Amino acid sequence: MTTATTGAVGTAHTRVEGRDKVTGAARYAGEIPFAGLVHGWLVLSTVARGRILSVETGPVLGMPGVLTVLHHGNAPRLDTDYVGMLGVPPDPTAAVFQNDRVPHAGWPVALVVAETPEQAREAAEALVVTYEREPHDIELFAGRPDAYAADGHMPAVTEKGDLEAELAACAHVVDVEYTTPEEHHAMMEPHAATALWDGGRLEVVDSNQGATWVADELARMFSLDASAVRVRSEHIGGGFGSKGLRAHQVSAVMAATALQRPVRVVLTRRQMFSLTGYRSPTVQRVRLGAGPDGRLRALEHRSLNQTSTVWEFVEPSAGVARVMYDADAHRTSNEVVRLDVPSPTWMRGPGEAPGSFALEAAFDELAERCGIDPVELRLRNDPERGPVSGLPFAGRNLAACFREGARRFGWADRDPRPGTRREGRWLLGTGTAAASFPSGALPSTAAVTAEADGTYTVRIAAADIGTGARTALTLVAADALRVAPDRVRVRIGDSDFGPAGIAGGSMGTRSWAWAVTAAAEELRGRLVPGGAVPPEGITVRSDTTAALGALAQKERHSFGAQFAEVAVDVATGEVRVRRMLGVFAAGRIVNPLTARGQLVGGMTWGISMALHEEAVRDRAFGGLYGADLAGYHVATHADVPTVEADWVDDPDPDDPVGIKGIGEVGIVGAAAAVANAVWHATGVRHRNLPIRPDRVLRAGGTGV
Amino acid sequence: MREFDYRRADDVSGAVALLDADPDARYLGGGTNLVDLMKSGVERPARLVDVRALPLDRIEPAGDGGLRVGATVTNSDLAAHPVIRRDYPALAQAVLAGASGQLRNMATVGGNLLQRTRCGYFTDVTKPCNKRVPGSGCPAVEGEHHNHAVLGASGHCVAVHPSDMGVALTAFDAVVSYETADGPGQSPLADFYLPVGDTPHRETVLPPGALITHVTLPPAPVAARSRYRKVRERASYAFAIGSVAAALDVGGGVVRESRLAFGAVASRPWRARAAERVLNGAPATAEYFAAAADAELAAARPLPDNGYKVTLMRNLVVAVLSELAEEAAR
Repeated sequence: MTTATTGAVGTAHTRVEGRDKVTGAARYAGEIPFAGLVHGWLVLSTVARGRILSVETGPVLGMPGVLTVLHHGNAPRLDTDYVGMLGVPPDPTAAVFQNDRVPHAGWPVALVVAETPEQAREAAEALVVTYEREPHDIELFAGRPDAYAADGHMPAVTEKGDLEAELAACAHVVDVEYTTPEEHHAMMEPHAATALWDGGRLEVVDSNQGATWVADELARMFSLDASAVRVRSEHIGGGFGSKGLRAHQVSAVMAATALQRPVRVVLTRRQMFSLTGYRSPTVQRVRLGAGPDGRLRALEHRSLNQTSTVWEFVEPSAGVARVMYDADAHRTSNEVVRLDVPSPTWMRGPGEAPGSFALEAAFDELAERCGIDPVELRLRNDPERGPVSGLPFAGRNLAACFREGARRFGWADRDPRPGTRREGRWLLGTGTAAASFPSGALPSTAAVTAEADGTYTVRIAAADIGTGARTALTLVAADALRVAPDRVRVRIGDSDFGPAGIAGGSMGTRSWAWAVTAAAEELRGRLVPGGAVPPEGITVRSDTTAALGALAQKERHSFGAQFAEVAVDVATGEVRVRRMLGVFAAGRIVNPLTARGQLVGGMTWGISMALHEEAVRDRAFGGLYGADLAGYHVATHADVPTVEADWVDDPDPDDPVGIKGIGEVGIVGAAAAVANAVWHATGVRHRNLPIRPDRVLRAGGTGV
Repeated sequence: MREFDYRRADDVSGAVALLDADPDARYLGGGTNLVDLMKSGVERPARLVDVRALPLDRIEPAGDGGLRVGATVTNSDLAAHPVIRRDYPALAQAVLAGASGQLRNMATVGGNLLQRTRCGYFTDVTKPCNKRVPGSGCPAVEGEHHNHAVLGASGHCVAVHPSDMGVALTAFDAVVSYETADGPGQSPLADFYLPVGDTPHRETVLPPGALITHVTLPPAPVAARSRYRKVRERASYAFAIGSVAAALDVGGGVVRESRLAFGAVASRPWRARAAERVLNGAPATAEYFAAAADAELAAARPLPDNGYKVTLMRNLVVAVLSELAEEAAR
């Protein structure tokens, strides 16, 4: 590590903006005041497929306060023929009002702008849109003839060896299908943006996961100079992959341009369910073959997900097997099918979260077949190099996670037989699963200024989506500058600070800390001890693009071992998680306080994924049933017992920052650990999430 | 949302006069359901008459030894009341099993009984729903219905009543009192909700413009040994997929008196009288508890995806009655 330390990094610090947040002083995108602000309300399609015949704007334009109605007949044309900063073309769901096609229920068809949000909403609800309806198809199932292998962010298919021959020769074979349902980000703060033109520049005050990212997309879409767009996003109430460029920013920019007034568009919770992405349901087939000693000889992991007819998104669930386990015959594939549904997108642990459910549950089934303890089976199958890439790991301390986790959880005392522990009406069981998530970085720039008053200001277009990034960067900068954290002010969330990577892919802190450290270290070298700093300060800029390119090719991942204990009442179908422990190997931990929060948050979501979360798509109408937070269940406090997260040492002397990222690895494997514990409690395998009471009731178990 | 007129009533007759039996006006209690429905466009009242300031926030002894609960008593106050907790514990448990602390601080007894179903078709104005738009159809029968009714439903509507409180009140023979411009009226809660039939949009016996003023709990010694169990898809803050309010008086191993009501199985809190008939005088054993449940559930007509509720209710009845019998034997 090149970072000299004064000890800020690695010790617990409360959030630097914590007081502002709990007192309400921190303003979120939807509540920042602007003079002359007007409000837009989106109108969404009520049909699942078809064509817009008419938008009856006349009556609505006469309603109180209504200023304009934008729709495909009058909206400016956008450029969508580009590949954005994340290497993908824009989702046409965001590029609103470009044609008369309706590709799914809840598609944006118009924006009504009025003086008040109430007037806009009333008019939006009164707006009559007529459609030519076409039959829709929303059915996802294995073996769909129109499914096709798709790359997304990784190759669609990897294979080596003769899978069928190896499987045929194996002493133990598991061949099972798992499904995960449609899941939604359901972050606390809804998407909200205000757009305005100020002195020839477009300003957008937003809630997003990357000011650079959104500014870049808006500039391309509206054919503006990059320098003519400024996006700010200071506080963000959660994102989880959903807060990129969406219909609300684009429609707000259109309206602000048409009206030459500041326009705010805030999404309702119900609108978010069709406009802001989701995790696709998956159908996954896993085939594992092992010798009598439990060593894998054959591994196949196939995943199918749905995407919209307008945008291809791959939920690469089979990718996790390319990192976790090796076998002589090894085949993985990610397939998609295009349906009349909204576009899915990245959601916390994309690929790994659903993929680890299938793979790690299948591993538990293999352990049962082999008569080998599930922890031991994983230790025996811990590869030394990337199973597909052949590259060395930049640290793979999974075994240490399992050993430490097993010790703390009391795994050694476990009776491997299912259905043997009972406490009153509850059957008890324990389960485990492995976790991994890639550790990447995106090029970023940062500026660090030594101020004349002896303090320091860091400027970077980072996004704190609730992770504690602002605080983490304060600690990183303080150590690099060798000053106390209270002398460092970190300003983030402004595209004018220069390009920076997103808060996504568990890459934020690693990417930004790299840039901040580089600038801070250079600045420290420039400062003359005892020398005067001019009134404008001394500023040093950094850009990590070259350093990233020079990084050695390795398999870089965070790892973890998840343990769960559950109680199941098979007479009512209720499942309660009693305790959970996750032990992770995730590089250098910057702020143990917020790091623990992130990991526990991920594990909590794993509980939610295992037991509760499921968006139900209505066959007849093609939209969601119960698209609100009463209908879409996330775990409540009462569902979340003692959840402990901790970590083992995971140094990588060759890595310039040593930070791996902890945003996503916490959810990975968590649902599998819970599902495996449910099997241990009841003797019944639940291969379809969520493990709802009616499913448990129908499946029964040892206690019935 | 639609602009509406807001009035605050100071007394009961004033409230009734302000509402004026106007079909476009609504009484506003805690607003925990009505305001949501206004936001989603299901309810579009022209006038709200706020009744929270009415002097109906007391829980008082009724003349005959029961309790008279004011319509604006909050859920939190009802559940915390020492006499409720002692004499009708299942009622306190039922209230605490519902919603969240914040909602219970706002929600009122009268509003609880008049809350609307949470059927996802009813709450989505882009979908047909016979309860919301009579004659438009019921998509739940062929669509999503895994938490819909198995008892007393019709092809016109299979929605369930969401109340927990109402299940316990039904078990304890509560009586609803109301005021109208033409004078007061009363209805046993068991008869308060209308059968679904082909008019699911007509939900209660209340005359137009009526304001619930009280709910009276008759004296019921059996209720002191009562229990509410609710099963839901997460441990808190979710509506039931099945619930049971039960009271049991056992002597010499025989059931002397029983009360049983089910939640989340019908368009109303479901009093299980057929089960009670089997129970009363029968040995207090799991075998008879199951027989009682079966007697009630013989009328169940599950749809393809909610048949589990029959099993669930049977198991719940046996479990809850067994616990009560065990306690009685101690």
